[in-house]
Amino acid sequence: MLFKTIAKSEFKRLVEDLLKEEEVIGPKKIGEREDGKAIHQFLPVQSYGELDLEYGRTEYSAKTYFLPYKETLSKYKFSNDNWQQEIEYRLKPRFMIGLHACDINALLRLDKVLARDSYPSPYYISRRRNTFIVGIDHPPLEDCFCRAVGADVVTQGFELYLTSLGDRYFVSINSDRGFNLLKKYAIHDVTDEDTQAYLEVRREHAAGQKPLNLHDIPNLLDIEFYSDVWRQWGQKCLNCGSCAMVCPTCYCYGVSERVSMGGDEGEKSRQLYSCNLKDFACVAGNHNFRPDPATRLKYRYYHQHRGFTETFESPLCVGCNRCGRVCLAGINPPAIFNDLQAEGGA
Amino acid sequence: MKYLGIEPKRLRVGVFDFTSCEGCELQFANKEETLLDFLGAIDIVNFREISSDQGKDYDIAFVEGSITRSDEFARIIEIRRQAKILVALGSCACFGGVNALKNAYNLTDANREVYGTAPRETLPTRAIKEVVPVDMEIPGCPVNKDEVERIVQHLIWSIPFNFPEHPVCLECKQRFTTCVFEKGQLCLGPITRGGCTAPCPAGGTGCWGCRGEAAEPNFKEFSKIAHERGFSDLEISERMAFFGGFEGEK
Ligand code: SF4
Ligand code: SF4
Ligand code: SF4
Ligand code: SF4
Ligand code: SF4
Repeated sequence: MLFKTIAKSEFKRLVEDLLKEEEVIGPKKIGEREDGKAIHQFLPVQSYGELDLEYGRTEYSAKTYFLPYKETLSKYKFSNDNWQQEIEYRLKPRFMIGLHACDINALLRLDKVLARDSYPSPYYISRRRNTFIVGIDHPPLEDCFCRAVGADVVTQGFELYLTSLGDRYFVSINSDRGFNLLKKYAIHDVTDEDTQAYLEVRREHAAGQKPLNLHDIPNLLDIEFYSDVWRQWGQKCLNCGSCAMVCPTCYCYGVSERVSMGGDEGEKSRQLYSCNLKDFACVAGNHNFRPDPATRLKYRYYHQHRGFTETFESPLCVGCNRCGRVCLAGINPPAIFNDLQAEGGA
Repeated sequence: MKYLGIEPKRLRVGVFDFTSCEGCELQFANKEETLLDFLGAIDIVNFREISSDQGKDYDIAFVEGSITRSDEFARIIEIRRQAKILVALGSCACFGGVNALKNAYNLTDANREVYGTAPRETLPTRAIKEVVPVDMEIPGCPVNKDEVERIVQHLIWSIPFNFPEHPVCLECKQRFTTCVFEKGQLCLGPITRGGCTAPCPAGGTGCWGCRGEAAEPNFKEFSKIAHERGFSDLEISERMAFFGGFEGEK
């Protein structure tokens, strides 16, 4: 990794140049909640001013730009006994600016399944390769727990990563693409003073997050499989799937085929899904592997914090607590872990 | 044409209306892009809205509306006798719909309120299934033409159609809507059957439950959530009664 600094005004010039030619996506304020808090979403922006790099958390995660809620996998045309297939996964390169560490870590964790495991997805890989990612540091929010799941720091998965030091950014450069873009602008070598300031910011961020110890969770999940904790929280679950939709790492999907009304064309599409939904584990013959809400809720936690850890050595969850925030029933990971740890006598 | 080597059935279709606004049957003539193909895939032998033919040789009857007058009984019984498959089309047919609102009142008062000094004959509103057996229900006020097309395709190819069981919230999230509860509004999305693509929360009004209840809706937690956000029992029950689709909670 290479480190440089760039004045914020110069970074603005960089973004403005990009905007002339390229698609730029970033955190944009789209409105306010009843309590006056801003609502942000990752959206294409037309000007630097639309980017709000000081945002707290986007309502929806960056995942939807790599694993969209609905996408066409292939199209078919039928003619008599013949048929033709059309598959499109090329993508125009684009820039995503302003991802926090958790969202970049989420992509790295998704990569393990969608880009590198037994069945890599060309659709996903194409979107990953063609997206230039600029990350940014941020002070911890009151309810996230990224540190506890090792997602507060990123060392890969981005081109550039910014840390604000007043009037300039400390930039971590992680790819040729990143360096080649940056070198067209006025960048500076890092001074001792910059390094001190950077380390200070990192220390503040690390200290600012409420400590949460989740090291025993994978083990505890095994031990507490039949715990009453699941029944208690399961009673509250609406089985609505909102948690998985806003989650940056949930990747489950269903595939369906649709034939045109005229019968001469067809389309195969993928739609994201959630293990909290009743229809999720329903198979032929109307058998349901997870017939009750408590079991479904439990399995979402098992996959995020136990199953994934067993296979890939880290939880799937990156601790953004988007699922906890969106859940109308107030179901959130820290509260569930707290109950499990209390139950397990930890 | 053949699909996967299967010769499609030609469905002989009748479309009928009872007490309703005709909004659902008009969906049969909606969605211009695919209308010709849709009408080309079936034989409509009886449909007052598009032709004066009153054919009786239909296999499938799509029935819109609820039963609220005595003369409607004989008609629906006759349709049931004729049809191999009877499909309740829209919320009025499936569970009474808006028409069922009057069931909560004294009928004479309701009659006077609507017709003043010229009262009409009226009965308590009944869903189609309360009068004759129904083979399939397509909820919605109005029904979603895209869903109707898919159901018709499934009937043509004799493949069972699975309605979504999940609540509206899933599709609401998939269109990036900010939950209307966050904006201080009530929404029945968490207990209502999805499949509509959640247009109402996106439009800012919250869901009114026109598609009836989701599979195993969590009424208890839902009313707790709504109470915590300041909605009264009356507001919640009035909203749920609007389309009459929450039969589990009656
Ligand atoms: S945990 Fe919350 S958001 Fe997730 S399905 Fe249950 S009620 Fe919905
Ligand atoms: S937690 Fe559930 S929805 Fe999310 S990826 Fe795992 S199985 Fe899929
Ligand atoms: S906190 Fe919730 S939304 Fe965020 S990564 Fe973990 S499971 Fe997903
Ligand atoms: S607006 Fe309604 S449907 Fe959408 S997420 Fe909120 S409760 Fe669910
Ligand atoms: S959001 Fe609710 S009221 Fe609106 S169409 Fe869907 S089910 Fe009906």
